[in-house]
Amino acid sequence: MGSQETQLFLLFALGAALVLIVGFYSLLTTRNLIRVVINMEILSKGVMLLLIAAGNAVDRSALAQAMAITMIIIEVAVVVVAVGVILCVYRHHRSLDTSLLREIKG
Amino acid sequence: MTTIDVILVTAFVLGAMTTVMTARVLRSAVALAATSAILAMLMFRLRSPIAGVFELSVCAGLIPVIFISTIGLTQRLGGEALAARRREKLRLYWALPLVVLLAGSVLLATKLPLDFIPPGPAGGQDVRQILWNLRHIDLIGQILVLGAGAFGVVILVKESKRG
Amino acid sequence: MLGWFVLVPLAAAIVLNLPSADPLRRHGAILTALLALAQVAAVVAVPAGVLSGAEVLAGQLRLNLAVVNLSLVMLLTVGVAAFAAAMVVPAAITDLRDRGNFISVLLVCMAGMNGAVLVTDLFSLYVFLEVTSVASFVLIAFSRRKDALEGAFKYIVLSAVATALMLVSVALLLMVAGGVDYASVAAALRVSGGSAPAKLAMGAFLCGLFIKGGLVPFHGWVLGAYSAAPAPTSVLLAGVVTKVSGVYALIRLATSVFPPSMALNHVLMLVGAVSIVVGALAALGQSDMKRLLAYSSISQVGYIVLGLGCGTPLGVAGAIFHLFNHAVFKSLLFVNSAAVEQRLGTTDMDRLGGLGSRMPVTGVTSVVGILSTAGVPPLAGFWSKLLIVVALWQANHYTYAALAVLFSVVTLGYLLVLQRKVFFGKAADLPGLREAACWVTVPEILLAGLTIAIGLLFPFLNNTFLLQLRGGF
Repeated sequence: MGSQETQLFLLFALGAALVLIVGFYSLLTTRNLIRVVINMEILSKGVMLLLIAAGNAVDRSALAQAMAITMIIIEVAVVVVAVGVILCVYRHHRSLDTSLLREIKG
Repeated sequence: MTTIDVILVTAFVLGAMTTVMTARVLRSAVALAATSAILAMLMFRLRSPIAGVFELSVCAGLIPVIFISTIGLTQRLGGEALAARRREKLRLYWALPLVVLLAGSVLLATKLPLDFIPPGPAGGQDVRQILWNLRHIDLIGQILVLGAGAFGVVILVKESKRG
Repeated sequence: MLGWFVLVPLAAAIVLNLPSADPLRRHGAILTALLALAQVAAVVAVPAGVLSGAEVLAGQLRLNLAVVNLSLVMLLTVGVAAFAAAMVVPAAITDLRDRGNFISVLLVCMAGMNGAVLVTDLFSLYVFLEVTSVASFVLIAFSRRKDALEGAFKYIVLSAVATALMLVSVALLLMVAGGVDYASVAAALRVSGGSAPAKLAMGAFLCGLFIKGGLVPFHGWVLGAYSAAPAPTSVLLAGVVTKVSGVYALIRLATSVFPPSMALNHVLMLVGAVSIVVGALAALGQSDMKRLLAYSSISQVGYIVLGLGCGTPLGVAGAIFHLFNHAVFKSLLFVNSAAVEQRLGTTDMDRLGGLGSRMPVTGVTSVVGILSTAGVPPLAGFWSKLLIVVALWQANHYTYAALAVLFSVVTLGYLLVLQRKVFFGKAADLPGLREAACWVTVPEILLAGLTIAIGLLFPFLNNTFLLQLRGGF
């Protein structure tokens, strides 16, 4: 890997890492169930950037893209199910505050 | 490393922060769509056009639509609650930009030693070839996961007969 | 040949949902149970030589699946647990349409787990673990009760975090290895294993797997999911989902992909030991049957990881053996709790009591399950724990070995409390107190019989089954 490519990769890795930090931070502090799922999506964005950048750095773009597409499809399924759960919660409680989910103490 | 890349990455991070920090959920969903669009542009820069197209159509299209419809089905808030939420958000998230700047500087300073022996060049294969010819097992996995998601929707969203 | 393990459940799920398949749907549960039994039979009866290698199905599908001895054990485990779960379904879910939907998702989950243990690629592993997880989300949230939804949502969030960690790892390994199949990654890690990206990748993947496996300190989702889920889901989750998602992947990676290292072993042993302790201590204070069993599962998974961390072939063999045994006896105990729940509508131990006289089969099989979990000879659980303890002792990890033995006693303690509160003593004044339906007693008897048989036959099994495990992965 030439130094040009290395620098490029490091830039994108930095961006991905920061977005991941944003995602983790927000998951810890969100109060609204829908936002929790949106934050999960932010995490996915960060990871996807890292994956594509890594693939690009070692000339494996094709493999990285195939993986990214699969990841996107899986993401859709997860979001769909999560939203389904949220709608059911809303039917019960008429609210989407995450404090509702603290009812059961471990 | 061109300025376009730097701008795009910065916009990406800012988009993520906006998504997380705005007070209104609807704006959050829209910001997510924008962030995904920026990611798609980054993908085009990184020689991954097909993934970029997918990202654009699904993550900047389908998924925000799902979120927005959910928000439509569940949110009913007036202005007062909005002001309260803005304050709440400020209280919780004021640290985030600092954290990001701090982390950014720390990471920039520590040069991650990429001290591994890099792999040799790949046989120049195309994405379509890989997905359709080499990774059938992943395709089956995708079918399964979409099936699970479909059943999930049917089971969870239908009107319950019992209370 | 191997592809059938994934494609058959998928095909079954499709067939069950065709518009004209009503008669099939009515018997969906028993058909799924038979399918699970067929899986067990296939693993046991078909010689390993037939089931191996990358393969081409019908000249069209090229699936990179391969089986190692570990995979065979896992397929067996999945079959056993899926059988138990399917048999509990008719008792737990009464509406026919709901039952059909549940069975369909259960089949998808089965296909996911089978796929996860057969793939030879880190990314495909992620894909099938996600299939399993998404199916589990639906199975947990199925009843749409408040606590079930909460359990499902917590699992969704933690699973997403785990996934993010694993994918970060995959991205880094792609860079280091140029590919993500086990072989390439293993080869690359042998050469570059000490580099920063590689270490970061391995650490991230491990953390992701710890979350999926429900190990301490990432066990936050386990309680809600196991205890609030509908009965057949708890059986499946405790029996096999966490095992495949977390533990199988740990074993596979630690033995054939990641290079052997003392650091890895120490981390595994520490996490295992902490899980044993926390799980057991928390179980002591529980008053709900399912929650107690959930904490007990965390504790038992700790044993598996502890054995794995030991690093010696004996330790790993003990870990795998304990994994299988745990699937058997924990499924049994959850089936028992399903029986109690179905007849009495509650699993609160303070309200139950003296069920043993009216639910003899459930009571007796519960004793068998408890003794096996606690590691009392001559039941199966005793042998697997013994292997782990001996392996630890031989490798000079005396403290860990002592801890393992000590907490076996604690395990026996809290489980006996369960038995006493629920089955012994005066019969509580609860309506509907009679033995569970035959759907439920059949798996109880079979699972109890299995754990007894394995325990008694262990000396014979030692030479065949375990030597194979020790020998090759």
